[in-house]
Amino acid sequence: MSSVTTTQDHHDDHHPTGLKRWLTTTNHKDIGTLYLVFSLTMFLFGGSMALVIRAELFQPGLQLVDPGFFNQMTTMHALIMVFGAIMPAFVGLANWMVPLMVGAPDMALPRLNNWSFWILPMAFTLLGMTLLFPGGAPAAGWTMYPPLVLQTGDAFPFLIFAVHLMGISSVLGAINIIVTIMNMRAPGMGLLKMPLFVWTWLITAYLLILVMPVLAGAVTMLLTDKYFGTSFFLAAGGGDPVMFQHIFWFFGHPEVYIMILPAFGVVSQIIPTFSRKPLFGYDSMVYATASIAFLSFIVWAHHMFTVGMPLAGQLFFMFSTMLIAVPTGVKVFNWVATMWKGAMTFETPMLFALAFVFLFTIGGFSGLMLAIAPADMQYHDTYFVVAHFHYVLVPGAAFAIMAAVYYWLPKWTGYMYNETLGKLHFWLSAISVNVTFFPQHFVGLAGMPRRIPDYATQFTDFNAISSVGAFVFGFSQLLFAYIIWSCARGGQKATDQVWEGADGLEWTVPSPAPHHTFDTPPVIK
Amino acid sequence: MAQSQGYYVPHGSNWPIVGAIGLFLLMLGLSTALNGVGAGPAVAWTGAIVIIVMVVGWFATVIRESEGGVYNQQVDRSFRMGMTWFIISEVMFFAAFFGALFYARQMAVPWLGGESNNFFTNLLLYPGYENAWPTNGPKAIGGDYQVMAALGLPAINTAILLTSGVTITIAHHALKDNNRKVLGWGLFATFMLGFLFVSLQAYEYIHAYQEMNLKLSTGIYGSTFFMLTGFHGLHVTLGAIMLVVIWARCLKGHFTPTHHFGFEAVAWYWHFVDVVWLGLYIFVYWL
Repeated sequence: MSSVTTTQDHHDDHHPTGLKRWLTTTNHKDIGTLYLVFSLTMFLFGGSMALVIRAELFQPGLQLVDPGFFNQMTTMHALIMVFGAIMPAFVGLANWMVPLMVGAPDMALPRLNNWSFWILPMAFTLLGMTLLFPGGAPAAGWTMYPPLVLQTGDAFPFLIFAVHLMGISSVLGAINIIVTIMNMRAPGMGLLKMPLFVWTWLITAYLLILVMPVLAGAVTMLLTDKYFGTSFFLAAGGGDPVMFQHIFWFFGHPEVYIMILPAFGVVSQIIPTFSRKPLFGYDSMVYATASIAFLSFIVWAHHMFTVGMPLAGQLFFMFSTMLIAVPTGVKVFNWVATMWKGAMTFETPMLFALAFVFLFTIGGFSGLMLAIAPADMQYHDTYFVVAHFHYVLVPGAAFAIMAAVYYWLPKWTGYMYNETLGKLHFWLSAISVNVTFFPQHFVGLAGMPRRIPDYATQFTDFNAISSVGAFVFGFSQLLFAYIIWSCARGGQKATDQVWEGADGLEWTVPSPAPHHTFDTPPVIK
Repeated sequence: MAQSQGYYVPHGSNWPIVGAIGLFLLMLGLSTALNGVGAGPAVAWTGAIVIIVMVVGWFATVIRESEGGVYNQQVDRSFRMGMTWFIISEVMFFAAFFGALFYARQMAVPWLGGESNNFFTNLLLYPGYENAWPTNGPKAIGGDYQVMAALGLPAINTAILLTSGVTITIAHHALKDNNRKVLGWGLFATFMLGFLFVSLQAYEYIHAYQEMNLKLSTGIYGSTFFMLTGFHGLHVTLGAIMLVVIWARCLKGHFTPTHHFGFEAVAWYWHFVDVVWLGLYIFVYWL
């Protein structure tokens, strides 16, 4: 009854080639690759901005860049790393692995999947082009607090609309992931049989849908306050600048779990594989993830203890924040218990996963210190905060992404990566990341404020050490890019299972995974 | 209508990249326009047109596939879940603005009036300012204004939207009973009520601007009032356009008593704008 004739022949091999393939693809593996390559590009781009920051901070005084440009670098570094590197990397991993792990032929909504990706380069073009403007890029910090952010020049609307586009991309991607997981699982795969990476992404996707629109609302109010005369953040008109902070962190705190829950999932896949034991406490891992996600909605004001909120508010947000340590502790315990008496080997993915458990926990502990409201009066807006969130984001989220890349790269390319270079990359990264960020605890506790291009001379030694570490870390990532590139070009052939202890549907398909997998769903016993 | 067995995974599609380019042009145009660049509006309009072309083309493809029987039950379920979560994301967008309203009324304005531990804020910054709602703030941003009453036009609009919720339900039942005539009229009544609602809102806005001096720039009251009702009005307009499309499809003979996700998606969306309006009526107009 219609012009559609292609009902079942959609698995032919007439794929477009060249650029058109990537622009029009609806294949989850292609789109996953696009996300991952985009993320790596942004990671190097945002990382080079971090090196500008660290170069300026190598010694006190103003040497290399003027303070305005320094502020642009801190702002753009954060926006690019959060929205351009970490989040798209996890979405890319979800695109590649979730359909393979649940036995689905593709993502549930393949065209929407393509759209979710291609909105992202548009958003970062809008944001990145502001670097070339006469007034420069946004410089008021990634948190965009008014009234300061309202002084941004021509870059202001570009910042707001870029954030809108990133939000649209994330929400559409999250919808796709939820629908894929809830509707596309192979027969027999009950919810509590799903791999942990799938579970953590399911919960992350709920978080994305619930908070990205709130960020969109918040930046829309900034836009109307600047250009259309509204008074949301203007006390003279009955509004309140602190109101922005509340709305922003209602998004912002779940956002930090958006960046770490999939990392938990990755680590929960890798540690059992290389311990050759099933994950300890699977059910408790799921419930702990869900608890963390729930708690993330009722802790936001711990980012703003110093704004002068009522005592009852400070107490509530202090205690609710500390509560998060409980489910997180469950997770760390389970990872350690999984390794207990396991037949462990230490290939590169396992090394990164182990470093994650150890170093993320350090970041978690400094988070507990920051949660204590009276102590936070001292720590607030110092380098201690910078050290804290870089510990959870770099050896936390970014290490988990690197672990995942080494873990699944043989499945994607069909070749083993160079293990010697992989280990070299790990040790360079693991040592330099600590050299970079550990001294920042000390200068922070001693009172060095964040987001400032100059500092008092007593902070010089630790800052110099930190800058050396940052440059070693930064250039080590070029090795990472080289390892991926050379692995894609060839090497030792990977087996289907790749890793001796690997378990799960993704290891039952050939390496490299063919363009279409699980056209007929496998049956899970 | 034969249903295919496997899950339909479409070939490459041009529409998403067209949509991404459209969004880019729209945002680039709006940004440059706000910066006062002459070409800005033209770029924004180009982007808007590209997006409209994309939406029409993309939906045309999906409708063709749906009517061609390409989608099985599982695909139908994917669409349902996708629409559900899209609406939930929309709810959270409105939640940000409702949150701003509640925060202003319960926290910001009382604190400016000296409540809690803010005695000196009031005394030193804004002496004499008292906590009250509605307000345009201690500096009376926007000048003297009149408050929008809950009775009158807004009450009539409430009745109109609630009635449209009934008519779309009548249409849905008619579709399930295969009564195409009632289906057509039910949908027609629903979108006509929708457009009537938007027209009355426009009338209310003109009245507010010209006679009440109540504007978007009338302090926090004007900000919350116009942002909440404005975004709601946009959503009603969008929903009414979607209803027109569904109505046209019904006239062409699309949808069957058992296969009509497109209809239900629009109906869900319509109920969503209905419920948001109830929240608006209670918290923005009434209380």
